[in-house]
Amino acid sequence: MTAPAASTDVVTLRDLDEPGRVPALVAFVSAVAWLLVGSLLGLVASLKFNFPDWWTGWAPATFGRVRAAHLNAMIYGWASLAMLGISVWLVPRLVHAPLRWPRVATGGIVFWNGAILVGVLALLAGWTDGLEWLEFPRSVVDPMLIVAGGMVGVTLLGTVLGGRARHLYVSVWYVAAAFVWFPIIFVTGNLPVFRGVESAAVNWFYAHNALGFWLTAIGLGAVYYFIPKVLGRPIYSYQLSLLGFWTLAFFYALNGMHHLIGGPLPTWMITTSIVASVLMVIPVAAVAVNHHMSMVGRFASLRYSPTLRFVVLGAVAYTAVSLQGIFTAFREVNRITHFTHWTIAHSHVGVYAFVTFVMFGSVYYVIPRLVGRDWPDGRLIAWHFWLALGGIGAFVLALNLGGVLQGLALMDPQVPFQASVEAAAPWLAVRSLAGVVLTAAHLVFAWHLWKVLRRAPTVGPLPPWHDPRPVVVPPPGPWS
Amino acid sequence: MTRIWALLLGATAAMTFALVVLVAIPRVQLRTLEPDPQVPPYTATQLAGRRIYVSEGCVYCHSQQVRDPSFTYDTLRGWGRPSVPTDYSWDTPHLLGTMRTGPDLINVGSRLPDRSWHLLHLYQPRAVVPWSIMPAFPYLFEVKPAAADGDVVVVPPSPYALPGRVVVARPGALALVDYLLSLDRTKPPVATPAAGAAP
Repeated sequence: MTAPAASTDVVTLRDLDEPGRVPALVAFVSAVAWLLVGSLLGLVASLKFNFPDWWTGWAPATFGRVRAAHLNAMIYGWASLAMLGISVWLVPRLVHAPLRWPRVATGGIVFWNGAILVGVLALLAGWTDGLEWLEFPRSVVDPMLIVAGGMVGVTLLGTVLGGRARHLYVSVWYVAAAFVWFPIIFVTGNLPVFRGVESAAVNWFYAHNALGFWLTAIGLGAVYYFIPKVLGRPIYSYQLSLLGFWTLAFFYALNGMHHLIGGPLPTWMITTSIVASVLMVIPVAAVAVNHHMSMVGRFASLRYSPTLRFVVLGAVAYTAVSLQGIFTAFREVNRITHFTHWTIAHSHVGVYAFVTFVMFGSVYYVIPRLVGRDWPDGRLIAWHFWLALGGIGAFVLALNLGGVLQGLALMDPQVPFQASVEAAAPWLAVRSLAGVVLTAAHLVFAWHLWKVLRRAPTVGPLPPWHDPRPVVVPPPGPWS
Repeated sequence: MTRIWALLLGATAAMTFALVVLVAIPRVQLRTLEPDPQVPPYTATQLAGRRIYVSEGCVYCHSQQVRDPSFTYDTLRGWGRPSVPTDYSWDTPHLLGTMRTGPDLINVGSRLPDRSWHLLHLYQPRAVVPWSIMPAFPYLFEVKPAAADGDVVVVPPSPYALPGRVVVARPGALALVDYLLSLDRTKPPVATPAAGAAP
């Protein structure tokens, strides 16, 4: 065997994966723990609509506190931690350089967990900033999150800057940009200088962008990685990737005020957001066509790869939730759906059917490569998939329908307010049942994760990915 | 793309542009807004009540904004005139809300000015509104054998009555009701130069 030329190195995927192994594992396992916590909180909050006199004697169990704890446990606990996990695992592979300062990343992920724990307990104790999506107390928890996220962000950006790939793959654009975007919006959203309608504008500037520039960015980064990776064929169009990325960056950021349509803000702000919302059709179509064309002719693979099944459904949900969002931004639709459970359905299509499904798929792909053994039981994966799909399907249908009925009742001034409450009630009961199914799905998932972590190393033939081929990497790129 | 710095700078530029449009320009525009003298700052008790409104998450089911009649029928429900920015001069955090599981509250103090109604409603919503799905807040009250001097007593009707005992509002319940009663933005607003104006 000849020695490689001086300017190139031969590394294996394992060399690239190894430094990120511990932070990714810690992130994924803690994410799943928060998924269980968040599920229980969500279920309790949902049942409170059906049984308003249930468990009212203890302040931390009141609806308003549990709902905030549910949202924050899911967004900053489950989704964000899973996203940190996939980021530290994915970026080194894509830039052909091992993770820089992995201990800093692990420390950041552990500290992030501490922040979420303090934050969720604070919310249950009634200590909140009172802004949706920004409830965590800004005097304690938010600075912790900034430091913790910064520790992970520094290792990731350091890895990218020291990377050796000549070309930055589209997933890197999304992930690297997310670690620039998130601190900007998070700090802005938490500045304690806004009051009145300005506070509302900044609130929804943040909350909408948390979805667009944090959850969506890393979610799409993962989709762009796993579809071509599992199928073994390149993404359909580089140009569409570029178009989708930059139009998302410029249009999505202006969308937030569509949460305040009809509200007491300067009208031009709301109009700006409605226009930008409609323009979102460009990135959404670009990404949807790109993903769909990459899949065409290979849909049968969905049967064999759990990762692909979750990720592709997540990608479809991204298109669906975006189109629903554009639709909802039209004044004629918004006058009915605003202030109803339609919005809750919409947010769950985004955070669950899109982001959470993509993260499930990611975990199914990455965990075996982190622990060196395969998932022990395919049936548990199937149970997880169908319970999650059935649960979220029932959830979204029920609340979309219930929300429209509620909204139509609210729109008729001849009908007493009571009618809007009664119109939504049966659908809120269906939502609770869906919540039970989703919680069951998460218990199956967590149980399976526990089994794969506890299991002895595989005996017999190793999975094909166990012996990865070497990768020849070019000399350092122009930016390093 | 091959240049990481171009990527990061472009990403930052996109976000900065949105920050200027949706945060900086409105800040400049709304700065000229003088508080409406008909909407005085909250008193200490009202603020304490507002903090309970925030901590118990009332905002997740109750909005505090009336939309324009050209857009919806909020005004025909008797919820008040369309809201304007000066209705919120003293509000931090804002409580505009995104959900109407329950009715809008920006004028609840004008619509329902009775303190004992609110106290009973907080103690047990279904005692006054049978179809309500609002949570009861018994922990804002104290149940004791007899009322002491200065206690504000709530008298729940059957079937919520507690024979031989009295229900007394804790300070938190009294403050919360004080805040709810302060919610009255029914007077026509004094000139609002910036609202709705183009930049």
